[in-house]
Amino acid sequence: MTNPSDMPDDPRDRARMDAEADRLRKAWETPRGWRYWSAVNNTEIGVWYTVTAFVFFLFAGVLALLVRTQLAVPDNDFVSAGLYNQLFTLHGTMMMFLFAVPIFEAVAILILPQMLGARDLPFPRLSAFGYWCFLIGGVFVGGSIFFNAAPDGGWFMYPPLTTDPELSGIGADIWMLGLSFIEVASIAAAVELIVGVLKCRPPGMRINLMPLYCWYMLIVAGMILFAFPPLIAGDILFEMERLLDWPFFDPARGGDPILWQHLFWIFGHPEVYIVFLPAIALLAMIVPTFAQRPIVGYGWIVLAAVGTGFLSFGLWAHHMFTTGLPAISLGFFSAASEAVAIPTGVQIFVFIATLLAGRVIFSVPMLYATGALAIFVFGGLTGVMVAIAPFDWQVHDSHFVVAHLHYTLIGGMFFPLIAGLYYFYPFVRGYMLSARLGKWAFWLMFSGFNIAFLPMHFTGLRGMPRRVFTYPDNLGWDWLNLVSTIGAYIMAAGVLVLCFDIFRPKKAHERAGRNPWNAGTLEWVAGDPEEPGASAPCRRSPAAIRCGTRRTSSGTSTRAATSCPMPRRASARRW
Amino acid sequence: MAGATVATNRREARRPRRIPARAPCLAVLLGGCSGMQSMLDPAGIAATRIADLFWVMLIGAAVIWCLVISLAVYASRLKKTPVSERTALRLIIGAGVVFPTVVLTALLVYGLRLMPELRTSDGDLTIAVTGEQFWWRVEYRLPDGRVVPSANELRMPAGATVEVVLGTADVIHSFWIPALAGKTDMIPGRTTRQMLKPERPGIYRGACAEFCGSSHSLMAMTAVVMEPEAFAAWIEREAADAVPSGNARGREVFMASGCSACHTVRGTEAAGRIGPDLTHLGGRESLGAGILPNQPDAIARFVAETDRIKPGARMPAFPMLPEDDLAALAAWLGGLE
Repeated sequence: MTNPSDMPDDPRDRARMDAEADRLRKAWETPRGWRYWSAVNNTEIGVWYTVTAFVFFLFAGVLALLVRTQLAVPDNDFVSAGLYNQLFTLHGTMMMFLFAVPIFEAVAILILPQMLGARDLPFPRLSAFGYWCFLIGGVFVGGSIFFNAAPDGGWFMYPPLTTDPELSGIGADIWMLGLSFIEVASIAAAVELIVGVLKCRPPGMRINLMPLYCWYMLIVAGMILFAFPPLIAGDILFEMERLLDWPFFDPARGGDPILWQHLFWIFGHPEVYIVFLPAIALLAMIVPTFAQRPIVGYGWIVLAAVGTGFLSFGLWAHHMFTTGLPAISLGFFSAASEAVAIPTGVQIFVFIATLLAGRVIFSVPMLYATGALAIFVFGGLTGVMVAIAPFDWQVHDSHFVVAHLHYTLIGGMFFPLIAGLYYFYPFVRGYMLSARLGKWAFWLMFSGFNIAFLPMHFTGLRGMPRRVFTYPDNLGWDWLNLVSTIGAYIMAAGVLVLCFDIFRPKKAHERAGRNPWNAGTLEWVAGDPEEPGASAPCRRSPAAIRCGTRRTSSGTSTRAATSCPMPRRASARRW
Repeated sequence: MAGATVATNRREARRPRRIPARAPCLAVLLGGCSGMQSMLDPAGIAATRIADLFWVMLIGAAVIWCLVISLAVYASRLKKTPVSERTALRLIIGAGVVFPTVVLTALLVYGLRLMPELRTSDGDLTIAVTGEQFWWRVEYRLPDGRVVPSANELRMPAGATVEVVLGTADVIHSFWIPALAGKTDMIPGRTTRQMLKPERPGIYRGACAEFCGSSHSLMAMTAVVMEPEAFAAWIEREAADAVPSGNARGREVFMASGCSACHTVRGTEAAGRIGPDLTHLGGRESLGAGILPNQPDAIARFVAETDRIKPGARMPAFPMLPEDDLAALAAWLGGLE
C-alpha cells in the first residue's frame, strides 16, 4: 500500500497514516455474510457478472441442443411447433443479449482496472447497478420458458407477427421489457468503461501507449452508446404499439413494418462487432504474450479497430437485401459490407505478423486462438459471400446463414473468449486451469462445432430455410441434419469438460505464481491479491515503462505494457 | 388464346443451361447437389447465375482460407527464426489491406453486375402471389386481361420471363423457389416483385423463407415448369370452371359442412374467399401448401386433423365428419381436376 520511503519519521504521523490505511482497507473490504451481495468492488461484480453470463450461455446452449434434437430426423415430433419457436427465439436472444455482450462487459469490469493500474473502475456502484439489472432482466427473459411464455417470434422480432395480439402472446412483452433491463445494463457498462479508460490510466500511460485491450474497450463502449439507443427507441415504439395500440408498424394505419427492421438492424449489425471486437481484444493480449514480443503494427490495429467500429454502423441493410430495396441501396450496402472485411483482415494479419516476428510458445490459450482463427476466417469468407446481394437473395434466411453466423460468432467470439478464460483464470482465481483438460475441451468443441455447422452450409444451399421445426425426408436434408445434431452433442461434451475444469477444486500445485504467462501488462503485477488495487509498478514514470526488457524477478517487472511504447517508437522511426 | 400469347412471347431460342466445368467434381465432393429445392441444381437463369457466383466464391474462399491458416500454423508452430519487424509490417499492409481491397473490388463488380439481369421489369406473364398464414394465394394475370385464381402451386412456361408480384395478407412472408431464383419478402403495405426465368421443365419446390408463425415450416409450394405448349393448354383448363366429378355425396358434404364459406370451387355455389381456391385441387402436385401428397386419403386426413397437420392454421378441423362423408368429400375434391 504505502511506500516505506514515504513514511514520515514522526511516530504520530506514522500512527495517523496507519489509521488512514486501515480505514482505506476497511472501505475496500469485501462485505461479509449476507452483506456480501452488497459488494461493489470490481473483483466481486466482475466475477458475478462473468459467472451469470456463463450460466445464461449454458442455459441457451441446452436450448440449442433441444433444437438440434428436434431437427435430427425428418418429421420429428420431439417438441411441438409452439415450443420449438420459443426454443430458437430464446436461444438467439439469450446468446446475443445475455451472453455475448454481457460477458465482455463482465470481463472488462474484471480486468480493465488492474490493467490500467487502478483500484477499480470510476463508478463501482454503477457496475453493481448494471449487474443487478442484467440479472433481473436475464432471469425474467430466460425463466419465461418454464411458464410456456417465452417470446416466439425469432430473436429479431419482426412485426406484425410480434405486434398482432392474436399471433403473439405475453412473450413479446417479456422480450421487450426484459431486454430493456439488459440495454440499461449495457449502457451503464459503456459509460463506465469509457470513463475508466479515459480517466483512470496511470501517470505516463498516454492513450497511444495503453494496452490494446483498453483501446478495444473504448471503441466498443463508444459503439454501445450509439448502437443501443435505436434499439431502445424501437422497443418503446414496439411496446406502445402492443400496449396502447399506437400503430407505428401497422401499414393499414400509416405505420410501416420495415421501420422496425431498420431500427433493429442499425442496432443489430454494430452489435455483431460489439461482440466481436472485445474478443479480438483478448487475442490482442494473448498473442503478444505468447509471441514474446510487443505487437507488430500497434497503429494499424488501432486504426483497423476504429475503422471496423465506424463501418459497422453503415451496413445494417444487408440484413434486408430481400425486402425489395432499390438497386442503388443494394449496391451501397454490398460495398460497405465488403469494405468491413478490410479492417477485419488487418487485425487478423497483425496477429499473424506478430507471431511471425516473435518466438512463439504454444500453450492452451494459443491453441484456442488458432482454433478461433480457423473458424472465424471461414465465417468471414462466407460473410464476404453473403454480402454480395444476389447471392444473399438465395441464402438469406436459409441454413447457410445459420452456419455463417455461428462460424463468425463461435470463431470470432466464443473461442477467443475461452482463450481469454484460460489466460486470465490465474489472474482472477490464482490457480491455473488444466492444460490436459483444456486440450480435451478444445478438440471436442472444435471438432463438434465443425461437424455441426459445416454440413449446415450445404443444408442451406439445398434450400432448407431457417427456423423450421420440421422438414420432409425427400429433399436431401436428413443425413446432413443428423450429422449436425451429432456435432452439436460433441461440442456440448467439450463445454462440459470446460465447465468441469473451471469449477473443479484445484490442487495446491496448480497455484499460479505471479504473472504465470510472463505477460507484459500491469494487471499481472498489480499488488497483493489480498489488497486489490494499485501496486508499485503502476506508479512508475513514463521513462520506466519500457518494453522489450524481460522481467527479472517476481514483482519487479520493467516491461510494463506489452503493446505500448516499443512498437510505436519502432514504427515512428521507420515510417 | 392467352396461353398461346404467352407461348409466343417467349424467347425464340432458350439459352443452354450453363454448368461450370468445375461443378461436377465439387458436386461429388459435396455428396451431390440433387434436390427439388436445391439452389445448386438450378433450373432458371437467376439461379444459374447465382450458382456460378457461388462456385467462384467457394473456390476463392477455399484458397484464401488455406493460405491464411497455413501461414498462421507456420508462424506459430513451424518457423525456426522470427522474421524482421519490417517484413511483418509488410505482411499486414500487403495481405491485410492491399489484397482484400483488390479481391473484394473485383468480386463486388462481378456480383453487382448480375443484378440488372436478375431484376428486369418486363415479364411475359404476371403472376400475383399473396402470402397468407400458411399458404399462397395465386392469380395468373393473363395478357388478355383474364385473371385465373389458384393456390399453392405455380406453373409457368419454360423460357418465359415471369414477373411474380408479391403481397401479403397478414405477416411478413418470403417467396423462395431456390431452383429458379433468389427470394423476395412479402411485406404488409408493400408490393414487391420477383423475376423468374425458368428454363428447364420439371417440378421444383419452394418455401416461405421468413418466419411467419407456428406453421412457417409447413408453408411450401410446388413450382412446375412446363413446356410452353403444355402450359398454354393447362392455363385454359385452369381458367375454366370445375369439372363436376361423379361423387354427388362429396359435394353435398362440402356444401353442408360450411366449406363453401371459405373456399371457392368455380362452377358451384361455393365462392368463399378466405381460404385457397379449390377449383382444380385434384390437378395439383401437392396438398396443404406443399406438405402432403395429393391423394384422397391425405385430403381426408387434412380435413379431419387440420390443427395437428398445420398448427396455427385458420381452417378448423372437422373430426366430427363421419368417415363415409369424409371419404366422399375427399374423393370429390380429389376429382376436381
